[in-house]
Amino acid sequence: MPGLTSMEWEALRLSLRISFWAVAVSMPFGILVAWILARLRFPGKSIFDGIVHLPLVLPPVVTGYVLLVLFGRKGPLGAFLQDHLGVTLAFNWKGAALAAAVMAFPLLVRAVRLSMESVDQELEAAARTLGAGPLRVFFTVTLPLVAPGIISGLILAFARSLGEFGATITFVSNIPGETRTLPLALYTLTQMPDGETGAMRLCLLSVGVAMIAMVLSEMAARRFSRQLKG
Amino acid sequence: MEIDVKRKQGNFSIDVAFEGNPSGVTALFGSSGAGKTSVVNMVAGLSKPDAGRVAIGGRVLFDAKHHINLPPEKRRIGYVFQDGRLLPHLSVKRNLTYGMNLTPLNQRYVKFEQVVELLGIGHLLDRRPARLSGGEKQRVAIGRALLTSPALLLMDEPLASLDADRKNEVLPFITRLSREFSIPILYVTHAVDEILQLAGRVVILENGRVLATGLTEDIMGRPELSVTWGNGTPVFPSSAYVGFPLDGRCHFVKGCYHEHAQAVDTEGNGQFHP
Repeated sequence: MPGLTSMEWEALRLSLRISFWAVAVSMPFGILVAWILARLRFPGKSIFDGIVHLPLVLPPVVTGYVLLVLFGRKGPLGAFLQDHLGVTLAFNWKGAALAAAVMAFPLLVRAVRLSMESVDQELEAAARTLGAGPLRVFFTVTLPLVAPGIISGLILAFARSLGEFGATITFVSNIPGETRTLPLALYTLTQMPDGETGAMRLCLLSVGVAMIAMVLSEMAARRFSRQLKG
Repeated sequence: MEIDVKRKQGNFSIDVAFEGNPSGVTALFGSSGAGKTSVVNMVAGLSKPDAGRVAIGGRVLFDAKHHINLPPEKRRIGYVFQDGRLLPHLSVKRNLTYGMNLTPLNQRYVKFEQVVELLGIGHLLDRRPARLSGGEKQRVAIGRALLTSPALLLMDEPLASLDADRKNEVLPFITRLSREFSIPILYVTHAVDEILQLAGRVVILENGRVLATGLTEDIMGRPELSVTWGNGTPVFPSSAYVGFPLDGRCHFVKGCYHEHAQAVDTEGNGQFHP
């Protein structure tokens, strides 16, 4: 494939940046929520579980609209962030990252939770008898043992973020250089006369990025399983 | 060592109190389901008794009346689990030092080299637990618990998952261990031969209660006289060798009454009178 045009570069860089931040910021929360769902019992747990998984089953446009209502400049959370932290999410790339994070969150939580449920809690008890407090046990035993689940969760979430379309376009619109990620750029080209070549190039670019992510996750997973087998 | 724990779990209740030797091996003996592991877990702090008191070497770890309940990591108790429970993501060396590094320097009285040498695990240090045999795993688990310089070492059927050969590989190490370090060991087992080789004191549990306790030579007076018990009438002598069923065999306890007693050797000469 010949060199990328500046517009393609822009979309690619923006997509990677948005997905990176979406995944990086949601990772600690994802691990925490996965731990809560895997280990705690409390009244209302199934409702909590349902809310976490809602973006998976809602039409993305609905999620985007809810984000717009909550985080728009006049929305309750949006106004709060604006007034107290000076952060605006509406119609910029940070908002796109939020939309991607919300959409990808259930996938991250599911992968980590499954992995956490398979961790032998007796190992954690053994570490306690060796003198490690609960927090140290979490970081030195639980987390390393769920690492494969975290990695596959991160890759899934990253891939989902790269592909995010509906919630993004609803929440932060389609602004070149700000919120026009690869899928949005591709969509834009399909709406233009003579856009076919450009659309096909973006299509191939997306396939390439997805393949690279898959290969990297495969390599990471293999490294971890080798580590456990010695 | 002072142990007194009560706990109800479902319709099974545990009410066990005994004292152990300040050094040497005290065996906790009983058939499966007698409550041995539950008692040991309460001593380690992995489960909480409803009532009672646990003190090791004058240090109170649990006291229901005074609301003392130290978490497991503060109890200074080494625990060797039946299944080893080595941390699979760490090398043997890092498994061994995991607890050691968390022990304050002024409390450490067990040296790394000493343990590695005693247990013969020097050639395994770089391996992962997944590549160890059952006997090797158990030796590493013993070393790991020992290296926390514990005030008490709990061993929950450490040989039960091993075949006879592996058992004979690990048993001598435990014998040496109790001699070389003056750590009290509470050793859970249902095997009479292990008790005879290791323990100075025996506590016999059945159905969550202490059935008998005393010096090994008194309690396990005549282990060679095991017979299969039948459906005879129970007899209750005050001072004689009494057979009672454990694991489908009869073991002989001197001077204790047991409702399942099937045969009595009143003269202690191996002659049984139903």
